[in-house]
Amino acid sequence: MTDKPIDDVSGVVTTGHEWDGIRELDTPMPRWWLWTYYACVIWAIGYWIAMPAWPLVSDYTRGVLGHSQRAQLSGEIAAVKAGQADLTARTAKASLAEIKADAELLEFALAGGRSAYAVNCSQCHGSGAAGSDGYPNLNDDDWIWGGTVEQIHATIQYGIRADHDDTRDNEMPAFGRDEMLDPQQVDAVSDYVMALSRDDGVADTLPGKALYTEHCVDCHGPGGAGNMELGAPKLRDGIWLYQGDKAMVVDMITNSRAGMMPAWVDRLDKVTLKQLAVYIHSLGGGA
Amino acid sequence: MHILSVLIMALGAVLTALLAFQASDGVMSFHAALMALFFLVAIVLLHRRRGNLNTDGYEDGIIRAGAIASTFWGVVGFLVGLVIALQLAFPVLNFDLPWTNFGRLRPLHTSAVIFAFGGNVLLMTSFHVVQRTCQARLAGGWAPWFVFWGYQLFIVMAATGYVLGVTQSKEYAEPEWYVDLWLTLVWVVYLLVFLATLWKRKEPHIYVANWFYLAFIVTVAMLHIINNLAIPVSWTGTRSYGVWAGVQDALTQWWYAHNAVGFFLTAGFLAIMYYYVPKRAERPVYSYRLSIVHFWSLIFLYIWAGPHHLHYTALPEWSQTLGMTFSVMLWMPSWGGMINGLMTLSGAWDKLRTDPVLRMMVVSVAFYGMSTFEGPLMSIKAVNALSHYTDWTIGHVHSGALGWVAFVSFGALYHVVPIMWGRQRLYSLVLVNVHFWIATLGIVLYIAAMWVSGILQGLMWRAYDHLGFLEYSFAETVEAMHPFYVIRALGGLLFVIGSLVMAYNLWRTMRGDLRAEAVPVPLAPAVGAAS
Repeated sequence: MTDKPIDDVSGVVTTGHEWDGIRELDTPMPRWWLWTYYACVIWAIGYWIAMPAWPLVSDYTRGVLGHSQRAQLSGEIAAVKAGQADLTARTAKASLAEIKADAELLEFALAGGRSAYAVNCSQCHGSGAAGSDGYPNLNDDDWIWGGTVEQIHATIQYGIRADHDDTRDNEMPAFGRDEMLDPQQVDAVSDYVMALSRDDGVADTLPGKALYTEHCVDCHGPGGAGNMELGAPKLRDGIWLYQGDKAMVVDMITNSRAGMMPAWVDRLDKVTLKQLAVYIHSLGGGA
Repeated sequence: MHILSVLIMALGAVLTALLAFQASDGVMSFHAALMALFFLVAIVLLHRRRGNLNTDGYEDGIIRAGAIASTFWGVVGFLVGLVIALQLAFPVLNFDLPWTNFGRLRPLHTSAVIFAFGGNVLLMTSFHVVQRTCQARLAGGWAPWFVFWGYQLFIVMAATGYVLGVTQSKEYAEPEWYVDLWLTLVWVVYLLVFLATLWKRKEPHIYVANWFYLAFIVTVAMLHIINNLAIPVSWTGTRSYGVWAGVQDALTQWWYAHNAVGFFLTAGFLAIMYYYVPKRAERPVYSYRLSIVHFWSLIFLYIWAGPHHLHYTALPEWSQTLGMTFSVMLWMPSWGGMINGLMTLSGAWDKLRTDPVLRMMVVSVAFYGMSTFEGPLMSIKAVNALSHYTDWTIGHVHSGALGWVAFVSFGALYHVVPIMWGRQRLYSLVLVNVHFWIATLGIVLYIAAMWVSGILQGLMWRAYDHLGFLEYSFAETVEAMHPFYVIRALGGLLFVIGSLVMAYNLWRTMRGDLRAEAVPVPLAPAVGAAS
């Protein structure tokens, strides 16, 4: 080593090579670096002994702790479920009315319903349940298929125009497209419906009223009162499922529309469905 | 030899021209036409250069071309990054068009910064360093130029393919089978050029930077080929199906992607550090022994670490254990490079005051140290359970990519350009300083925003109420990210501005302009201070 040149600044021996003016010092590896490196290796070996680590021919080393992340996950889920077991069992047995009457079950239902709503319903109805174009607002008290907790429970379970025998189903005719009404008549009915929604007393004077009485009143009721049995929306208030301007009403009468909501009865368990119904009812449900 | 080269190029031109007319989809036609054009231009250039291929001295033209390409692709890649950062904050900027959608622009950004910018910097510096440290001209005549232009063609085909909707949906390996084949060809020629240049070196030993370059070139070839094994649906169409499936595909993919980080963005850029830092500091490398031990440790351990990208997935637990433990063992080998980089400055620390280029390189090494500590930390399953799938990962990547990879590249560019264009110095050191501070501020904003955002996101995802129900919907966590996405975009904007300042400074340097400014005078070295 002594025949190797020494670097003047550091006083350390160099390796004696030089590349394009670059030399290398023969400084020993820093001790702290080396010992930390060894410590990491020793820790890794310890971890291999403790945990599943190395593949074998048809198995792997299981580790002395016998850890399994699948078992860990099932364990964690089971612990949460066990904590909820009592309330879950009571909710399963209780009617919706009983849940609402029991402060403990109500709290459980509102928490579970809110969580299930966030995961399953917020994509369409919005994080705050305010709805959007074509997706009803769940905070107001305007309900197309009924706003009692039982009716909401049924809607959630079987959906609307969904693939289920008990689904809520109806179909508004496409009056314009199927030539039951000509464009002038569609326009006249639309004016009448817009006047109904304004509720300013003008509606009764409009020529569209006669056409409404002939074609629409059976479902939407006199004066646009709506009919929740049939799922025919109330037209008398200012609340619209789709944008509430005349162009939309004309398009609706001409072509009709039919939105759909999935049936959740086979996707969610009974307790969750009840919790959802109670939660949604708490937002804007009626008697 | 000349005739053979022309014949090969002519064959390529004919085959690709045929393909352009016979292709079963528009993008394949377009890309085949690009390849045909490439071969035709190559034939013209070969013909014009016939007989007067310069073989004296070093091949510096390719380094000049590499410096221009690196700067250009850098600015492009950073700009696209800014656009997609803004899209995340303001989704309306997707413009509802397929070509400008985040899903297509995101791989455009990652490929542009990693492969176009980073790749060109690696090509340029490796060709520079291998010649200087071997005292030998680049081997292979026009082959290095084939590597350079072939690589640019790869970039253009990859980038236009993404925008036009062609992808095999493997992260950082999105290009389809024919682009992969083309890159394989270019890469093998690159390896041969590099090996042949090492072979004819006039130095008895191979310098440490070249070990790192060689590890980078060889390993990237292996990763690229194995991860991209695929069967084309048709020889005339862009579509293919990968040969890997299910969890094997996931593991192969992350073995590839993690080692793209390890060998492309770490080993390759450590090679840059090992030449340009001692060169700039005018000091010997701190420890030869450390360089050997950390080199072999790094390349042995890195290749095992990929499974830490698949914690708590269908990947068998034993494989996750190996990924995690090897990542932790990798901590010190990574830091060996940081120690060698920083300690090389001992005896020359005062230069940080006077030389902003060296300062940029040193800060890059500091960021390297930080992100190679953060990486093993995030690979630990308990930490990963919080950090995985969140913005923390994005912040981690960018502390490495902006702080380490980009800064050491900027340092190398500022060092190389005045030398390669024969200028006395850079156009302006003041502008280097401006670039340094703007970009550093941008990085700090970026990383800090992503740390806060990522941890917030992770905590929100796992939040339960006292009854055991999930606290937040996914959309609520997205909403909470918004302010951090805006801050991140601001950080990105600063980084882009910095890169434009650099491009201007390098352009003026290339033109031979000198800005009238006081040039700081370094102190005389403290000779014998430690003896």
